[in-house]
Amino acid sequence: MPGLEDLYREIILDHYRSPRNRGELPTPPALSAEGFNPLCGDEVVLYLNVDAEGNVTDIKTGGQGCSISQASTSMMGAAVKGKSIAEARQLITAFKALMSIHESKLEGGDATAATEEAIAGVRLGDLEALQGVVKFPVRIKCATLAWNTLTQILDESDSA
Amino acid sequence: MSIDLAAIRSEFPLLKRQINGKSLVYVDSAATSQKPQSVLDAMNNYYTTQNANVHRGVYTLAEEATSAFESARARTAKFIGAQDPHELVFTRNATESINLVARTWGYQNLRDGDVVVLTEMEHHANIVPWQMLSAERGIVIRWIPITSDYRLDLSDIDALLDGASLLAVTSMSNVLGTVNDIEKLVAAARSAGAKVLVDACQSIPHDPVDVVAWGADFVAFSGHKMMGPTGIGALWARRELLEEMPPFLGGGEMIRDVRKDGFTMNDVPWKFEAGTPAIAEAIGLGAAVDWLSAVGMENIAEHERALTAYALERLSSAFGDEITIYGPQTAEGRGSAVSFLFDEIHAHDISQVLDEDGVCVRAGHHCAKPLMRVLGVPATSRASFAIYNTFEDVDALVEALHKAKTFFAR
Repeated sequence: MPGLEDLYREIILDHYRSPRNRGELPTPPALSAEGFNPLCGDEVVLYLNVDAEGNVTDIKTGGQGCSISQASTSMMGAAVKGKSIAEARQLITAFKALMSIHESKLEGGDATAATEEAIAGVRLGDLEALQGVVKFPVRIKCATLAWNTLTQILDESDSA
Repeated sequence: MSIDLAAIRSEFPLLKRQINGKSLVYVDSAATSQKPQSVLDAMNNYYTTQNANVHRGVYTLAEEATSAFESARARTAKFIGAQDPHELVFTRNATESINLVARTWGYQNLRDGDVVVLTEMEHHANIVPWQMLSAERGIVIRWIPITSDYRLDLSDIDALLDGASLLAVTSMSNVLGTVNDIEKLVAAARSAGAKVLVDACQSIPHDPVDVVAWGADFVAFSGHKMMGPTGIGALWARRELLEEMPPFLGGGEMIRDVRKDGFTMNDVPWKFEAGTPAIAEAIGLGAAVDWLSAVGMENIAEHERALTAYALERLSSAFGDEITIYGPQTAEGRGSAVSFLFDEIHAHDISQVLDEDGVCVRAGHHCAKPLMRVLGVPATSRASFAIYNTFEDVDALVEALHKAKTFFAR
């Protein structure tokens, strides 16, 4: 049985207590999307300013929820701010690979190779602290909510 | 107190489980109850000695299966005070029962502009079917608000019910624990000419219920919250209403005759029970009401009231301002569901830490998001007690909350 310390790392509680980049941005020009976890009621709101070169110049976050969903939102914002959209997408892929280890093991697949490929060359930094979440499968949706919401914004801006 | 709690607990095999090396403290019975051995045995006995389809064959086995199935219906109907077993329709659960009413009685009787009155403390199961009808049929939904002490605000009830076709109300909130005065609400609805549907999911496992004394038109409930299995629930309705309502799903069992150019319906309640029903589960539900009756609903209500009073007292004396209890603050006029916010720690995090000590509480919006919005909270933790819970379970809950507080204060 994994210990609670695996889930609630110090850096996670720090982001939960002092979330970075909280607030709103005027839309337009900012892109915005809301994400909901219908099972437990977690909510995430993201605002993204993207310049003409496709760089994320600013990000603000809102919403409410458990420590994992809110810390993951804060850590994602800090990681994505200043990056290009292409780099942001790489981060999303790498983070979701990190979170999918448990699921692919359940499906009988070899998680390691695919995960290592997705993570290779991507600096996850503090985000690696969220790795402990995979030992608590129910909470994975909390951790991925902000990332799915970011994907939603990027996809919508692509198709616009 | 005329119950032997140790003997009762010994009838529930799951309560012997350990979680993380700790004795299980199951305080989530408002979500689903644990099952006594007699219920498991009844279902197993059906499959091992009587399994055959019901209302079909003429052989001994089919006769026995049909008899066991219909006997379960009769005992369940009697348990809720119904005088006619054929007024009890088996469904999958209370959600299906309410959808059945919306899809049959609602489609037959409600038109553009007709009013359905709900309350702010309803479960999604008693909201969304009416919202679907609103989207499809243009019916209007009105809401009875709640007061600052978490009860229905009936100060404007006559105006809210004026011209309404239906009042659909819970008899006990699954979040607040508030018990509503159904007889009084039925009287108000009657004088406005409205029918009444009661979502009795949370009452039937915990209090003596008499649907005839309530005077309601429709009563919905689920088997799995009342010591029975999942996959079986019921709708009770007055016979004349069931007779007039169109069928729900079409198929076998619900017909009397089928020709190329149409069909004629079976009698109630079978006209609402298309397809092979959940036979083993119905038999399990029959065993569950036998079990509840043997313990005695008055005894159950008394024990749970004592547990609830103890929990409310322990939680507020241990944590004072650090805990906010959403629901009546005393055990009067409330059931055993105790929802709370604790020390500004999110409900999911509370529930996660409590699980370390084998304490099972529900965290989230409890399928009552409109109520959560009224309360202004995204989620709460909820402990809910049943007849098999002990005062030590309450102590374990309080102790685990102390640990959660220490953990998040680090």
